[in-house]
Amino acid sequence: MLDKIYIQILVMSVVTYLIRMLPLTLIQKEIKNRFLQSFLYYVPYATLAAMTFPAILSATSSKWSAFAGFLTAIVLAYREKSLLTVALAACSVVFIFETFLPF
Amino acid sequence: MNWKEYKQGIKDGLPICFGYFAVSFTFGMLAKKEGLTGLQAVLISLTNLTSAGQFAGLSLIVNGGGLFEMAVTQFVVNMRYFLMSCSLSQKVDQKMPFFHRFFISFGITDEIFGVSACREGKVPPEFFYGLMSAAIPGWTFGTWCGVLSGTFLPENMISALGLAIYGMFLAIILPPAKKNKAVLAVVVSAMLLNYILGIVPVLSGISSGFRMILVTVAVAGIASVLCPVPVEEVDCVG
Repeated sequence: MLDKIYIQILVMSVVTYLIRMLPLTLIQKEIKNRFLQSFLYYVPYATLAAMTFPAILSATSSKWSAFAGFLTAIVLAYREKSLLTVALAACSVVFIFETFLPF
Repeated sequence: MNWKEYKQGIKDGLPICFGYFAVSFTFGMLAKKEGLTGLQAVLISLTNLTSAGQFAGLSLIVNGGGLFEMAVTQFVVNMRYFLMSCSLSQKVDQKMPFFHRFFISFGITDEIFGVSACREGKVPPEFFYGLMSAAIPGWTFGTWCGVLSGTFLPENMISALGLAIYGMFLAIILPPAKKNKAVLAVVVSAMLLNYILGIVPVLSGISSGFRMILVTVAVAGIASVLCPVPVEEVDCVG
């Protein structure tokens, strides 16, 4: 089973890399089309939002701690705290919640 | 070399580093359990730098899947990077040399994309390298620690770190959403649509990676029709 594992790893990494590399190396011009421009502008927000919710609610070992962390992150992010501050505060709330509260 | 941008990249990359540590720790533990050596697990993490694709790949390796099956699986699971790479092509200087594009591409993950794509203006290569310098060690070292031991980190700590990435995502998308109603609408609709697709019978069978692509294309597409970005305002943060 493990004999061909290195070839499998090679295939995995090459396919993954090509998907990432081709558009960035091939599209060297600024896109002028307004629809495409707008589309690519909205893509990050749509993707990150979809990645966050509802996955965030099952990211920890209890949904209550996740919910507490989620609320913390929303409040701090809305106040425009830095990425690191928001991430660490959300983690800390989860940690405190799970360590000291009986949920 | 623009050291200021590089340092800023490392700083913004720290939450990614912590979040990655927790996820790749789990990957390392699982890989060990499935019979891979530490070298193999770390090699996968170092060369792939992606969570869903690695977990899918691991299960194919363990179940003796063929190479073609491996290639197709990776293609489907990681197709979202294609979209991200297109989006980033408009966020870098058009004159950015080929070799920078070549190296930066390796670092296109959900998180690195998120941090860089939502910066104002063009993103210099040094910033990407800073993000990668924080993220890649977190991912690789986390895998290694996961292989070494299942009790290295207490469970509640792993659990807490699991929230780092999402906290970071919210810190990226909420401030611009506050200033720009169209972005806010995109954020809220994407969350709702993703949630709904996840619970509706039949549709909930779609893999989460593919569902994300569907949601992104649908929501960003509708937003571009209803509220095209003014030509001079193509940078994030309206």
